[in-house]
Amino acid sequence: MSEFLSQIDWDAMYVAIQETLLMTVVSLVIAVILGFVLGIILYITKEDGLYPHKVIHRILDFIINLFRAIPFIILIFLLLQFTIKIMGTMLGVKGALPALILSSAPFYARMCMIALSEIDKGTIEASKAMGASSWQIITKVLIPEAKPALISSMTVMAISLVGYTAMAGCIGSGGLGNLAYMYGYARQNMPVMYTATFFVLVIVFIIQIIGDLIVKRIDKR
Amino acid sequence: MIILEGKNLRKTYGYAENKVDAIKNISIEIEEGSFVAVVGTSGSGKSTLLHVLAGLVKPNAGKVYLQGESLYDMNDDRLTRLRRRKMGFVFQFFNLITTHNVIENIVLLIHLDNRQVDEEYVDEIIDLLKLKEKKYAFIHELSGGQQQRVAIARALASKPAIIFADEPTGNLDAKSSQEVIQLLKIAQRKYHETVIMVTHDEMIANVADRILRIEDGQIIQDTAQKNE
Repeated sequence: MSEFLSQIDWDAMYVAIQETLLMTVVSLVIAVILGFVLGIILYITKEDGLYPHKVIHRILDFIINLFRAIPFIILIFLLLQFTIKIMGTMLGVKGALPALILSSAPFYARMCMIALSEIDKGTIEASKAMGASSWQIITKVLIPEAKPALISSMTVMAISLVGYTAMAGCIGSGGLGNLAYMYGYARQNMPVMYTATFFVLVIVFIIQIIGDLIVKRIDKR
Repeated sequence: MIILEGKNLRKTYGYAENKVDAIKNISIEIEEGSFVAVVGTSGSGKSTLLHVLAGLVKPNAGKVYLQGESLYDMNDDRLTRLRRRKMGFVFQFFNLITTHNVIENIVLLIHLDNRQVDEEYVDEIIDLLKLKEKKYAFIHELSGGQQQRVAIARALASKPAIIFADEPTGNLDAKSSQEVIQLLKIAQRKYHETVIMVTHDEMIANVADRILRIEDGQIIQDTAQKNE
């Protein structure tokens, strides 16, 4: 056991955990905000939505599908020039963020749209009849009603983001994936690989637990 | 005094051979403080009439006046505001907000209108509708009858000029139906509200002061009845 542990560079491990958390949290926050706004626009511009607009809906729908369809590892390579241009580097946490955000925001937009679509149409019609304005329907009816689903899809996305940060590790993003790949795979240092995997699992479990707790607290149905 | 008036209302759905005359030529006057039931079989046009009178479905011809204001001659924003302030609604499927509790549902519309909640009055309604113990309960914890009572409390809370009830007992069993309709009646009398209710249930219609029978898009009978 001590021989196993001695092969691990704990400082590097510590930095890698921080990097993974940083990448996950930053891209999660930005992707959630972006995805939330896009999801709402997508929902309200639907044919039977509150502000129907065919052109905006179609374009948005297409862009969202497009980015969701490109496999993440390919998206990273496709975005390389763009990343260098806006972040100044393609390496480290900074280099990973654009791809992480651009792949997860459309995912969250789609999840928002689904969550909103599942709200009983009767409730929306009723709110309209009772004199709620469209903006009030969005903020006081739709968003509160969809909140549990919005949070649980956030959890799903956070976990898949942890996975994506590991993939980004292949091109030198830093983080646990990068550590596992460079030390564990390239140098055949199994203890590092297993330990990195262990911490990835811990992070994923913690995210799931936090997500479930929040949903449980706010879901009053 | 006449609070709501529909003049020469006509509403058709669809085009050409699929055209359906939902309302053929209906004129109607609703007395303030009265409880009016509109009865008819499904497809008779009674729901369409209610929707037209409530400013929800624009008729092909005719006018609707609520307290002298023509509903379909104002812009959408104004109509929305008017609906919020002067109309209350009770729906067949309750349509309460499931993430809010009972009291939050009841005062939601008042909040949407940025008005102060008259706590005393709201508590009185809650008492009247026997919801006191359920004040902080969530919607999923309530029976259908209780949910509809919350919906009635919500309709009353904003002190509307008129309450529209669309098959309010359509989703309830016989016992809850009677309870809900009696409570609606008691509240209507107490607060001197005007209620116009659509139903296909004769027993439920019996609580009304006036029964309008609709068939094939026309009023075929208009009877006043004594009711205490």
